[in-house]
Amino acid sequence: MSRGLITAIEIDGAGGDPGAWRGPEVDPRAILTGELAVRAAQRAEAAGVDLVTFADALEAPDDVLDQVSVRLDALGLAARVAPVTQRIGLLPTITVTHTEPFHVQASVATLDHISGGRAGWIADVSTSAEAAAVIGRREPAPAAETWREARYVVDAGRRLWDSWEDDAIIRDAATGRFVDREKLHYVDFESPTFSVKGPSIVPRPPQGHPITGIRVSASEALEAAADAELVFLPDSDDLSTQVQELRENARRSVTLTAGDAGRSVTLTSGQVVGPLVLVSAAVQPHVDGVEQLASLIEAWAAAGVDGVQLRPASLELDVPVIAEQLLPVLRERGLVGSGERGGSLRGRLGLRRPVNRYARSAR
Amino acid sequence: MTKQIHLAAHFPGVNNTTVWSDPAAGSQIDFGSFRQLAETAERGTFDFFFLAEGLRLREVKGRIHDLDVVGRPESLTVLSALAAVTTHLGLAATVNSTFNEPYELAKRLSTLDHVSNGRAAWNVVTSWDAFTGENFRRGGYLDKGDRYVRAQESLRIVRKLWDSWNGDELVLDQAAGAFAREGAGAFADDGAHFTIRGRFGLPPSPQGRPVIIQAGDSDEGREFAASSADVIFSRHGTFEGGQTFYKDVKSRLAKYGRTDESLKIMPAVTVVVADTDADAIEKAAYIREQQVSGPTALVLAELLWGRDLSAYDPDGPLPAEDPVVGSSVTQGRVGYNDPFPIVSEWRAQAEEHGWSLRQTVINQQNRQTFVGSPTTVAEAVNRHVQENAADGFVLVPHLTPSGLDDFVDRVVPLLRERGVFRSEYAGTTLRDHLGLQL
Repeated sequence: MSRGLITAIEIDGAGGDPGAWRGPEVDPRAILTGELAVRAAQRAEAAGVDLVTFADALEAPDDVLDQVSVRLDALGLAARVAPVTQRIGLLPTITVTHTEPFHVQASVATLDHISGGRAGWIADVSTSAEAAAVIGRREPAPAAETWREARYVVDAGRRLWDSWEDDAIIRDAATGRFVDREKLHYVDFESPTFSVKGPSIVPRPPQGHPITGIRVSASEALEAAADAELVFLPDSDDLSTQVQELRENARRSVTLTAGDAGRSVTLTSGQVVGPLVLVSAAVQPHVDGVEQLASLIEAWAAAGVDGVQLRPASLELDVPVIAEQLLPVLRERGLVGSGERGGSLRGRLGLRRPVNRYARSAR
Repeated sequence: MTKQIHLAAHFPGVNNTTVWSDPAAGSQIDFGSFRQLAETAERGTFDFFFLAEGLRLREVKGRIHDLDVVGRPESLTVLSALAAVTTHLGLAATVNSTFNEPYELAKRLSTLDHVSNGRAAWNVVTSWDAFTGENFRRGGYLDKGDRYVRAQESLRIVRKLWDSWNGDELVLDQAAGAFAREGAGAFADDGAHFTIRGRFGLPPSPQGRPVIIQAGDSDEGREFAASSADVIFSRHGTFEGGQTFYKDVKSRLAKYGRTDESLKIMPAVTVVVADTDADAIEKAAYIREQQVSGPTALVLAELLWGRDLSAYDPDGPLPAEDPVVGSSVTQGRVGYNDPFPIVSEWRAQAEEHGWSLRQTVINQQNRQTFVGSPTTVAEAVNRHVQENAADGFVLVPHLTPSGLDDFVDRVVPLLRERGVFRSEYAGTTLRDHLGLQL
């Protein structure tokens, strides 16, 4: 526990409370310009929060009159925040059920480049009929099937991030070669629902692999969570057991076999110690105060989590309280480190930069 | 009436126009390079900043082409970040309509449009080859004839999603608790390529909807642009070629009920500026030599000949064989439909001047569009616009990220003096800059 808990804040509209946009402190137009998100991320960064997550879904929010019924694409919003922050990690939610794995990995790699190694993503699935209908390419699939596919998407993404070796760009004027093509690799990835040739169009991201997060929204997500670097787990009575099970799961080697043509792909988690587990909770410290929340966080730490993802009811009201009051209390209690963690998001989380699976020295 | 010139900055791309070997050449991937070129363009009060796209690394003879710049970041993510560090500059993303779904395109482009306060543009491109398709779920490929049908349907649906809000549904009445009217954003479409329905979760941006750019040059491409685009990104940078293209495309507008002003024609051009015309000519020749190394000359000749020419010496004579039409020696770039007259012209020129293969390529390809002193270039640019060879230009620099410094510092002031280019932005949105109505 020497490093302290990882702290994360979720950005979604004006906050998790459907009525948050109505507060006099909120300019509702700033939801659409991204300014609310920018302000929340900057406040969080100034207080030493490790990362912000950006909520999203493929389908639009419901058109309920008194609620925020618009939502920016989380990836675009995270990119908008990147140049006006310097240290905080940025994890947009990206759905993988109806989207192209090739585009998803290229976008996350790009976010890592533009943020100087602070990017990650939360891989999510779409099981609803609404999400299937806005794309119209396939029928809605049950959770087990979509999460199984999500694991392949995560794996394909990591392979594509490795498809460029770190030193592939050589700019060798003598031979006229910009790249050493021996250091660019076809991934030739096959899964039951998609295939990707590669290489990526984007050079290897600064972190090697940007951080992959999984939100455990259903039990079907647990296997995918075992492959992730960060797992967001809802608070529950048996939190301690769930955290342990997650870590044990991750230690097992798991092989998925594609049904067609007898091809098989081994999914490796790339993790030695299993994912970092963050407990995720809706909070409203501007109403409840911070003492009670600090005690709750202390109990979560005792249950063995690596960190907390706080989903504030109101970005404008709760993020300042988290930044200015909660974090100091957590530091006082020794729950959060006081030293500024620098460098990449990986560095901040205490994770090593992954070796490239295609690099000669790694083979 | 004096026309106002429109200008755009093209981030140096993955062909041999970009000189990566120059000591002044910076990173093709660091955000700092994108930011610097965008800031230069905004200092020059350009209309927009333009990013190209490629969805598979190019190959020559079955291997990844290693002589030009390889790799780039994904456009929409870079532009959303540039929205944070620029205030007026338009932000144009090239995004493929074949390997993206209309709903996703609409959502991502609209997000860029919102976070930039109305500065987004979409350059609609299509690809139809199985080579690129190998990276995608959609996979496979489209018949060439189907690609514009799908592109047109894709664009129509994206517009439909952007227009799924009439514009008055966003209430934002905090006291009354009315965010947006119920029913806003509902859509349904049943086309040949897409059958979709649902709700679109973003209202119109400050410019209504993103600007549409189109680059096709075929008859179908021109018709597509005349029916649906706000800007054409053309290859016709010469004066006569530009006038012919301009007249042809503008003459197609009336049948769609459009005015000449509603479609801006902006050829991609290259510019070399120096103190005097003579210095500029010398500098231009030096840049062309940088752009065409011996190995690059061979690859460009292979593209024209459709043959493996690796046995040839670039410093020797032109290949004796005839070209082959429709070969797949090079993948991921546009070949020649009819190479024979070009090969004949190359041979004639090489013979007349005693040029080697490399010298022929240097002299026959990559000729810069505008070369001269600041005054010469300003006058030529203005003449092209006033005499309807173009409405403006997309400038393609050969150096990242400093390649437009000379133009912005030395030519733009002369255009401003002549009253044909803005000294400051009059509006805030890209539609404002381009003088486009919704």
